[in-house]
Amino acid sequence: MAFFLPQQTKTAAESKQHAVPELQPWVEKYRPRTIDDISAQEHTVAVLRKALSSTNLPHMMFYGPPGTGKTSTILALSRQLFGPDNFRERVLELNASDERGISIVREKIKVFARQTPRAQKVASDGNLYPCPPYKIVILDEADSMTQDAQGALRRIMETYARITRFCLVCNYVTRIIEPLASRCSKFRFTPLDSSSTSSRLMHIATAEHVNVTPEVVATLIDSSNGDLRRSITYLQSASRLSASTTPPIPITPRDIEEIAGVVPNTVVNDFAWTLGVNIESDMQTDDVPANTKRGFDIIRQKVSSIMREGYSASQLLVQLHDKIIVHQTLPARQKAKCVIAIAEADKALCDGADEELWTLKVALQIHKALTP
Amino acid sequence: MSLWVDRFRPKTLDELHYHQSLSTRLKALASSGDFPHILFYGPSGAGKKTRISCTLRQLFGSGVEKLKIDQRVFVSPSRRKIEINVVQSNYHIEITPSEAGNFDRVIIQELIKEIAQTQQVDVSAKQRFKVVVINEADTLSRDAQAALRRTMEKYMSNLRIILCANSTSRLIAPIKSRCLLIRVAAPSTEEMQTVLEHVAKKLKFDLPPEASCQIAEDAAGNMRKALLVFETLKMQSPDLSGPLNIAKPDWETYCHKIADLIVQEQSPERVMQVRAKFYELLSHCIPPTIILKTVADRVVERVDEALKADVMHWAAFYELRMRMGNKKIYHLEAWVVKIMCLYKHFTYNIDMSEFD
Repeated sequence: MAFFLPQQTKTAAESKQHAVPELQPWVEKYRPRTIDDISAQEHTVAVLRKALSSTNLPHMMFYGPPGTGKTSTILALSRQLFGPDNFRERVLELNASDERGISIVREKIKVFARQTPRAQKVASDGNLYPCPPYKIVILDEADSMTQDAQGALRRIMETYARITRFCLVCNYVTRIIEPLASRCSKFRFTPLDSSSTSSRLMHIATAEHVNVTPEVVATLIDSSNGDLRRSITYLQSASRLSASTTPPIPITPRDIEEIAGVVPNTVVNDFAWTLGVNIESDMQTDDVPANTKRGFDIIRQKVSSIMREGYSASQLLVQLHDKIIVHQTLPARQKAKCVIAIAEADKALCDGADEELWTLKVALQIHKALTP
Repeated sequence: MSLWVDRFRPKTLDELHYHQSLSTRLKALASSGDFPHILFYGPSGAGKKTRISCTLRQLFGSGVEKLKIDQRVFVSPSRRKIEINVVQSNYHIEITPSEAGNFDRVIIQELIKEIAQTQQVDVSAKQRFKVVVINEADTLSRDAQAALRRTMEKYMSNLRIILCANSTSRLIAPIKSRCLLIRVAAPSTEEMQTVLEHVAKKLKFDLPPEASCQIAEDAAGNMRKALLVFETLKMQSPDLSGPLNIAKPDWETYCHKIADLIVQEQSPERVMQVRAKFYELLSHCIPPTIILKTVADRVVERVDEALKADVMHWAAFYELRMRMGNKKIYHLEAWVVKIMCLYKHFTYNIDMSEFD
């Protein structure tokens, strides 16, 4: 047995070493290392750069939609402040995957917050880091913390303000209790505009040697709504798919749509037509439908066939909504009725209602609203 | 002797009969070494589970078929014990967190972290990571989904997650954006027929095309149902000739009876009768949503065109209430009364608006 052991550990270590960088998701691999790398968010970055040079930080709260760089920013900032060696000791990162009830706030966070930071170690990579005399507690996804846990934080934040800074990261600022919010300086992260998303995507694509056409990038941006993480994930999945066949097939916009779970345009148009939304000449449908009577049974058939295809109801409604909103000939009153129906269904679907029943309900309501 | 559904379940990606392009994709992904988190979604009986197990086999070889079933006990922060069944092999683990109801978050936090933090020790394993299959992912609570978020990114080197869900509507956006979405559509009638014929060929008997067509249409895209029906029919009449009589499940005929009762007469006595029947169904563990849908489908066939839209509208309305509320029977009954009221209003032109 002893004969085998050294050899085995060696192979394991070896394979681990060259397995890791390959397996990393690009989202992690291309996470910004310094705050200057952050795409868009000029205002936030400018403020933080000032804070970095003066090495003084307020308590902070980052909020905004997913994929806009909140977590990346705070991680990059603390890495720049403390350097790789001190990072572990000075930063406590807690997210929703950790238990964060009131007991954890009382024990773990409090204990960490009250420790006086140790003296700075000399950075092993030779660089000089400011390493200010405080620690940072990052509460990621803070909006999923309970009210009680947030309440327990209030006094802790003030008492140890001298040696600990808190950074709350959340999607919905309204879920953070007012006393906490007022203790922080708030930074709003806006959805990325298409030019910075596309430059970031092109940067990654060139670094990974992936061939992407401008149309593909446009589809990526369209289907991710300013969520950079989502578009990077889609790009990676698409490149995996294309690279896995030999010879590699180029990525098409349709691939991206399928990965993103977007319902194909033809299906949506067809559905809209069944409901009585008149389609303009530039929209294409599957087959030019004959002038059949649009009745209850036809709508029901259509809905059940869409459900059989497995498309997600909420995605279908989003796309139908986009179609109806920009429709040129529908009067505003009818549009409003349709949108009310869709909004109601969206709420119901979020609450876990049956997809088929609700899609059918929306379809019938829209149909009723549109037939004079 | 296992059921045909299990006996003829495809084991490798090559054996799958339909969605060929999907199979090639999965195969390519599994062999590229760069395997993402995946979310499979589609209607039930479309073959999601089969595709998952085939993909696992492609990833790890036949070792994944050596399964063992475990019962694990977790302790919630409030010191409650939660037991859950876990199916695992050396390379993957399969859980259904919704078994734990509201405590699914604890399971996600504890179990997945535990797996994520241990490395694969078997040096001969094909992949460096383990796979966690989460069934019924769309019933995960918000908290549990939030708990998955960072875990999915942080432990990417040790762990891949495969989620299996009926629809993506109930999953939060951050989870969707971290997964490769794979839609498994229900097979078309022709595709189902080829599968049925394949099974018949394996068992060495002839399947008349009319019979297979009828079975496939009756199953409406649910492959599992089709195979089960097929096996039952084969038991009943071994030669499968002549007019087939596909037996409807008991509960379905019962639901149809309820629908007929509603349409025939609208009175308080009738409501009481219907209520008794609903109780009967509920006590036999038929999910209330399915009861409501089946009855509504049947009622719709029986009423005037002008009423159909309203019947479905209220069915959807009360289905949501049922989901939000606690006592299912109230909402089923409320729907019945509403429909009776509408029906009376429509056929006898009685003004019932004061009951709204």
